[in-house]
Amino acid sequence: MTAAPSVTADWMVGTVTSTAYATPGGRVLALEVPHWPGNLAGQHLDLRLTAEDGYQAVRSYSIASVGFGSTVELAVDQIPDGEVSPYLTMDVMAGDQLEVRGPLGGWFVWKPTDPGPVQLIGGGSGVVPLVAMMREHVASGSDVPFKLLYSVRTNDDAFFYDEIRSLASPTIDVTFAFTRKTPYGFEGTAGRLTKESVERDTIPASENPTVFVCGPTGFVEAVANWLVALGHDPARVKTERFGGK
Amino acid sequence: MDAVHPASGPIAIVRVDGNAVAGRLSEIFRKDMTLASGQCRTCHRETEIASTVVELDDAGLIVLCPSCKHTMFTVVTGPVRTWIDLSGISGLSIPNA
Repeated sequence: MTAAPSVTADWMVGTVTSTAYATPGGRVLALEVPHWPGNLAGQHLDLRLTAEDGYQAVRSYSIASVGFGSTVELAVDQIPDGEVSPYLTMDVMAGDQLEVRGPLGGWFVWKPTDPGPVQLIGGGSGVVPLVAMMREHVASGSDVPFKLLYSVRTNDDAFFYDEIRSLASPTIDVTFAFTRKTPYGFEGTAGRLTKESVERDTIPASENPTVFVCGPTGFVEAVANWLVALGHDPARVKTERFGGK
Repeated sequence: MDAVHPASGPIAIVRVDGNAVAGRLSEIFRKDMTLASGQCRTCHRETEIASTVVELDDAGLIVLCPSCKHTMFTVVTGPVRTWIDLSGISGLSIPNA
């Protein structure tokens, strides 16, 4: 799709059309937003909750869906002391209304016309915008080489686990790195990413890939530092930190 | 859809980046500011807003230079007014499109 990364500061009302448990603490929500202009792969939206006395909380969520249409898919992770995430991961039901604005951000995006190759590195729910990029890759029939490295505690904690595995193809290489426990039959041991594993499991700097890294702040900063140490041009390493540890 | 009020006492500040404040900055600039860039007044490096480090809470945001970590600008939103302090940057360059 070629829609401009339009940015709107105006709030719109969306209606939750479905909720599904995706991980032990996370859900995938589908929203119907009547005037949603569509979005590019990698964009996010702001979601606003308002209490009866007017107190408001705004949080940003990456969008898993891509392209035109008024249905927006989000994946929401439980943050133990979060104010907003418990509502979204436990309480919200189909038919509930939420205020959103977006799509937001024109920097952490992938368009089919962008040059390749592309390396995607996600930590935890940081895989969500990268899933949008892989969906866009498939939808556009792109032959740009994609490689995903997805670091997650266990396969049960992975968002879109089955879909990601099914997206693997000659042009989309998928590597999981399980940090706690590996699933039955998985080759390799559990453990956090290291500079060495990132070097082994990603497109080398010599091929000049564009790299998208998304996840908790500490994860993103560690991975980005390794990539630069491995010779990647910092200008081609695009990062999105969503907080947490 | 009740938001839960923050507990009294220290307020949790989240460290994110300029992508996460695209919505808040669009309230002020009516633009996608992730593609804008600002020049740090301390180290003079020009940085895309998307790659700045941002400290964020419900009332405001502090945008830090990723290079020297000095404050580039701050935005604090009160009930009826918003305060912006741009003293840490010597300029902003914003795409027209």
